[in-house]
Amino acid sequence: MTQTLINKKAVSEKYSELYQVNRSTLDQGSSPVLNRMRDIAIKRFEQQGVPGFKNEDYKYTNLERVFGKEYRHIFEYEKVDVDLNEVFRCDVPQLDTYTILLVNGWYYARNKQLEGLPDGVVVGSLKQVANEQPELLENYLNRQAALSDDPLVALNTAFAQDGFFMYVPENVKFEKPVQVINLTRAQEAVFSTQRNLIIAGANSEAKVIFCDHTLTSSECLGNSVTEVFVGDRAVVDVYAVQNQNNKSNAINSVFFKLGEKSNLMSGVASLHGGLIRNNLLVSMDGENAEANVYGMSFTDKRQHVDNYTNIQHNQANCLSNQLYKNVLDEDSVGAFTGRIHVARDAQKTNAFQRNNNVLLTDTAKMNTKPQLIIDADDVKCSHGATVGQIDLDALFYMRQRGIGEADARMMLMNAFAHEVVQEIRIEPLRDRIDELVEKRLKGELGKCNNCDA
Amino acid sequence: MEEQDKILHEVTSKEYEFGFVSDFDMETLPKGLNEDVIRAISAKKEEPEFMLNFRLEAFRKWQKMPMPDWAYLKIPKIDFQDIIYYAAPKKKPQYESLDEVDPELLETFNKLGIPLEEQKILSGVAVDAVIDSVSVKTTFKETLAEKGIIFCSFSDAVKEHPDLVQKYLGMAVPVTDNFFAALNSAVFSDGSFCYIPKGVKCPMELSTYFRINAAGTGQFERTLIVADDDSKVSYLEGCTAPMRDENQLHAAIVEIIAMDRADVKYSTVQNWYPGDKNGKGGVYNFVTKRGICRGESSKISWTQVETGSAITWKYPSCILMGDNSVGEFNSVAVTNNFQQADTGTKMIHIGKNTKSTIVSKGISAGRSDNAYRGLVKVMPGATNARNFSQCDSLLLGSTCGAHTFPYIEVANKSSIIEHEATTSKIGEDQIFYCNQRGISTEDAIGMIVNGYAKEVLNKLPMEFAVEAQKLLQISLEGSVG
Repeated sequence: MTQTLINKKAVSEKYSELYQVNRSTLDQGSSPVLNRMRDIAIKRFEQQGVPGFKNEDYKYTNLERVFGKEYRHIFEYEKVDVDLNEVFRCDVPQLDTYTILLVNGWYYARNKQLEGLPDGVVVGSLKQVANEQPELLENYLNRQAALSDDPLVALNTAFAQDGFFMYVPENVKFEKPVQVINLTRAQEAVFSTQRNLIIAGANSEAKVIFCDHTLTSSECLGNSVTEVFVGDRAVVDVYAVQNQNNKSNAINSVFFKLGEKSNLMSGVASLHGGLIRNNLLVSMDGENAEANVYGMSFTDKRQHVDNYTNIQHNQANCLSNQLYKNVLDEDSVGAFTGRIHVARDAQKTNAFQRNNNVLLTDTAKMNTKPQLIIDADDVKCSHGATVGQIDLDALFYMRQRGIGEADARMMLMNAFAHEVVQEIRIEPLRDRIDELVEKRLKGELGKCNNCDA
Repeated sequence: MEEQDKILHEVTSKEYEFGFVSDFDMETLPKGLNEDVIRAISAKKEEPEFMLNFRLEAFRKWQKMPMPDWAYLKIPKIDFQDIIYYAAPKKKPQYESLDEVDPELLETFNKLGIPLEEQKILSGVAVDAVIDSVSVKTTFKETLAEKGIIFCSFSDAVKEHPDLVQKYLGMAVPVTDNFFAALNSAVFSDGSFCYIPKGVKCPMELSTYFRINAAGTGQFERTLIVADDDSKVSYLEGCTAPMRDENQLHAAIVEIIAMDRADVKYSTVQNWYPGDKNGKGGVYNFVTKRGICRGESSKISWTQVETGSAITWKYPSCILMGDNSVGEFNSVAVTNNFQQADTGTKMIHIGKNTKSTIVSKGISAGRSDNAYRGLVKVMPGATNARNFSQCDSLLLGSTCGAHTFPYIEVANKSSIIEHEATTSKIGEDQIFYCNQRGISTEDAIGMIVNGYAKEVLNKLPMEFAVEAQKLLQISLEGSVG
């Protein structure tokens, strides 16, 4: 017990020290918009340190072990010795996207010029935009993330230098998704800090897909923060496909701020990874907004996937739907914490949440913690959580009709996952994920297929 | 609609009806807590050494523990040195008939609506009435003794059955379990002890009534129920408290041990003084209740109706150790005005084929906060475990809150765990439907609230069901229904 406390302190101090030593390097070349928030952020981190099991929000994911390891930190952009455009090929057929590559949290210098983007849309490096057009982001950057008391979000703010930036002006609508491919490529254990910012103006429409991949099989730890501002009447889709190696550790915190009558679709598919923690916070700050939040994970070996969602209904007449599904195999551990918070006077709120989990072995574990905090009376809110197995009656029914047990199980598992997959609003991506799920269930996606090992 | 608001207002602005103070001669220790006070309590109660050691161990552990802050409650700072830890009525009466009992005490019982004599004759309930810590009267002791059942005050049990007490005390709630359990273990004054021998079905409902009386005295009860193989017992606990402006601390412990195929049902109606409508005063109720199903196919069932207390912090739990054992939790929690409740249960599945059911109904009104907090934990060895949880919240008024914090932890593939929770208010269409059929809005709200809680009220023994319904009405309905 005391030992853990000492470790926790030592681990946290390591990061404070790292910050002090590299302070000038962090500031160098970064915009004042980024630099001005560092000192406050590191103090906020120091107050709590790396979250351990005593932190209620991280009860089921112990990060002290992960943060305690030695990593190489990258404080300056490093040239990549190969052309990543050649090395990495997205294998989703018929998916036409504006593709952006990031490597180890940095915007890849040799990204191809995006052609055909609508007028006024800015897609690029956060570092570059912050330096060249700070007026685009100074009213947005850290405005949502700073509200969080998560020490890891503060840690990101302290170390943030680069990441993905997108700005969609008012009334601009475009169908073709922007695909952000986050690559981790390093021979030794690497720590990456990535900061993303997406601003969708009033009445705009845009879709973004984040794909997380590792190109090497070495260990890594990523701590990313994404802020998404959805303007009034805007429609924004954000998908994340996580497919990394078994030694990777990823902490992703995503903040959504929703304007009046806006519509959000968020989908997270955790197909592969070592330890994945997804924090998703939705702040419904305009009336009649709608948020659809979906997630699923497939884990085996000693993988760990923890989804944390917090939907804040701050205004009346909003709707939120949450559905998270997990399939756990072998010794994997899953966790889900979902919170719906209806503020006082946020009347006529409809908020629904469901978490279904299937355990395939006696050594897999699932911890789920759905929560409702309701401070208004004229609301309809519900949550449901289940942990169990495939419905034996359904299996029996199928076998009666001559379907072999293995096939029947596969079909039922597919159907289980499809409830989430079908919500994806980009058709080629939906088909591809269905296919990946099937591969994953058959064990054919034994490792992340882009890795070199 | 306006009518409805008016009625809701009336309902929710209702004040506590049972407040009164009885005047007894009290023998009290000075305020404060230290080892000397504990030794004094132990000496006053003429306890054997193992009890003193138990208390001292608990006290030493308690000193090192922080006050828990994880509940969804705003707890004002409690000065544990500003509390009198021991108060006992000076005369300890030993009567055979009611005529000899202090008339003022009888009057108190009458105000509470529990005429001892009548209850003796009509319902066959043996009442072990506890006023401020010391057991005053135990009835039906002889009838129970014939069956070999031991049902007496905790102090008597320590004197007469020290071996049993020593064997089972702290088995379900160890001294270090939590801050308030440690405090209780150090200073508990009295309570009830119940032992049902092998194969005995208790012929009557056992019950105790607790009351807080002396001003500024915290009450620390301790109940221990041991049900041996193949036995069966139903135990009732109910309480009302007099009106006080000063906050009063109540930290009780209830332990239940169920051996092979034993069946224990524990029902509570809790109506401590909730504070006035401005949130002034009221009892702080920090209770640790836990049962262990040690034997195979044993069953422990908790039923509670919580309407009182300014702050309720209470999680009656079941540890399902024996194979095929069953745990149940049924709760109605009502909060009004400035009351706060954080209550729920823990179901720990350890044995194979264990089953648990949780039904929790929360009703919030006024400016109160009502939270359900529960844990369902399935250990790797608890194959084929089954749990179903349902938590519903009903909101009356726009200034109250209803919260749900379930925790589900499952570590094997053959268990099935289901949890569902809903939050809503009484639908305008429901009221309209009733109005259409000639039922006034008042009656409609009464009917709906009662119907909503029925599922749990039905689980109460007859004697309690009536009282519970009355309490629901007093706490919420006022002139309604």
